[in-house]
Amino acid sequence: MLAVQLAALAEDPPGVGEALELVTAFDDALAHGLGRLGEQGAQAVTALAGAVAATPLGDRTGEAAGKIAAGSVAGEHLTALAGARAALFGSAHDALLARLDEALGRARAPWAEPVSGAAPADNLLAGCRSWLHELAITGWRGVGHDLVAASDQTVEALLAEPAMRRLAVLLDGLAEELRASSPVATMARLPARRWADLWTRALLLSQPGWLGGPEQGTPVSGRLLILGADVHEHGTVVQVQVHGILEPAGGGEPRLVRTAASATKVDTIAGPAVWSLLQGHPVLMGALAGQRALDLTDMPLLGSGDLVWHDDRAVTGEPADPFATARVLLAGALAPATPPLDRHPARIAEPVLVEGYTTVKGDGEITLKLDGGTLAITTDRLPSCGPLTPQLVAASTACVGLLRWDGGRWLLQPLGVQATVKRQPVAAHNGDWAQGPTDPKVVKSLARSGDAVAVLRERAGRLLRR
Amino acid sequence: MTADPTAWEQSSVMRVVPPLQPRKLAKVPFVELADGRLQGVVSSGSDIGRVYVSSIATGTHAYNCSTNNNRPCGGLLGAPCKHLRSLVDEAVVQYGADRVARYLRVEGEGITSGSELVSRLAGQHEPAPAAVVFSRFLRHLAYLELPVTTAPLAELHWFPASGAVR
Repeated sequence: MLAVQLAALAEDPPGVGEALELVTAFDDALAHGLGRLGEQGAQAVTALAGAVAATPLGDRTGEAAGKIAAGSVAGEHLTALAGARAALFGSAHDALLARLDEALGRARAPWAEPVSGAAPADNLLAGCRSWLHELAITGWRGVGHDLVAASDQTVEALLAEPAMRRLAVLLDGLAEELRASSPVATMARLPARRWADLWTRALLLSQPGWLGGPEQGTPVSGRLLILGADVHEHGTVVQVQVHGILEPAGGGEPRLVRTAASATKVDTIAGPAVWSLLQGHPVLMGALAGQRALDLTDMPLLGSGDLVWHDDRAVTGEPADPFATARVLLAGALAPATPPLDRHPARIAEPVLVEGYTTVKGDGEITLKLDGGTLAITTDRLPSCGPLTPQLVAASTACVGLLRWDGGRWLLQPLGVQATVKRQPVAAHNGDWAQGPTDPKVVKSLARSGDAVAVLRERAGRLLRR
Repeated sequence: MTADPTAWEQSSVMRVVPPLQPRKLAKVPFVELADGRLQGVVSSGSDIGRVYVSSIATGTHAYNCSTNNNRPCGGLLGAPCKHLRSLVDEAVVQYGADRVARYLRVEGEGITSGSELVSRLAGQHEPAPAAVVFSRFLRHLAYLELPVTTAPLAELHWFPASGAVR
């Protein structure tokens, strides 16, 4: 990235601030509960509906807001409000991403609606919806142990159904946070935006037909060059999402793609131990750890730019340095569209290369400076399963990372850095330990706490099948 | 990340649950702060196929320990048994003494170890539902039995891995 590109991101697109003000007022109403709205809450709900009045959502949302403001809450009304909230974030997403594409000169493919299979049964979804309704009526401030525990059975049933995994891990993550925060009334302040985001997504995902059957994708072949690995995690799940550039076989435009592998886990398996859960995909993990290209044959590619990974359809190729890939191919790669229902600023994760910068530490964060332009670096998105540390990021001069947007500003999430440590050049990437840590200190501390996965599997073997 | 409370409340992505510290799981495979109790499962020292279910309630500090087949623990002689002590010790490693003390509402400042925490518990032995805790443990273990998936989980963008400190 160049300083002029950073400058183009310094200002939000018009309207984003106003849209998010409406959301903030609604989120506050949700914190107190939609079951007994005060005057302020009623205004917030009405204003949210007003913002989408001119859209196809207008009639339903207007009616829902009227009913809820009058104290009568039904499930369909909550769905309509969740839809309105999601629509506001969708438009903010589109405006932010358009600004980003313009600044970077990035070309983006248009969205094509995929054909998906049959929708799963509704009885599971009904259980989710009723828990989410209960949460909204009660409000975050009224949440305690019993209301959190009421989600257990639903989550368990969802986890057993692979097509429902998105909803299952989302609800489980929300329940974990509410459990750790219960009784919520004792909290000094609430993560109001965050919990309302999670509630909104969960309520929309649990509408009949939303998740649909698994999308088949289009088989693609060619060479995949890895840019880096983004790691997602909460107590009971870990997902490694690999960003890369696909050079299609037989020529054609290089494309920005992602691929992911996720495993359910328990909270005591954290840090470098999470990689051991993903060793069922040795080709992908080997390429991450060894910085290799991958030759793909007929790997399904979804319209969202996600390759659905099949380890047996990939072969390890030549060595490929992520920085070299970024320098040569990133500027000309075609970016994928975001599926309409996934559009939210938190979902923006655009790979970029930044070089020749200096860093400034201050106010608990690291800021990157480049020819007068600045960009904040999110050091709280450095995973404990990889070698990147805030110190290394502060010493870095080049970074392959993801541009994110949250809390009203753009942020750089490092995936890999080049730095100078003790006058020696070093490079480190999130995926370096995909086949186990290579730092002797980390190997030792991992050995000290023992193999958590093996211990729990032994216990599970003895106690579960009886 | 930033000290501004409004910015925190208006952020979509942040860590709400404090990170856990790694610990050895062999003796106490399961510890949690949930349902208004510090509760968990402690492996028997003598029988590899047996576990004890131990719990301490928030506020009242009523404690209980029994086998997974609901036989009372023989070590409960008017004071917390060794299983309960192990449970508290491991909870302190996993969550930190502060968080455990706060959750149980234990009076007093500057608690740093499991034994200090146990010495300040004010409750007595009271029967508690072992089956609920044990089934939560089995559910916990079941997470490790589910297959790895490769369909993208878009919602996990709200849950970044973090915690890199060395």
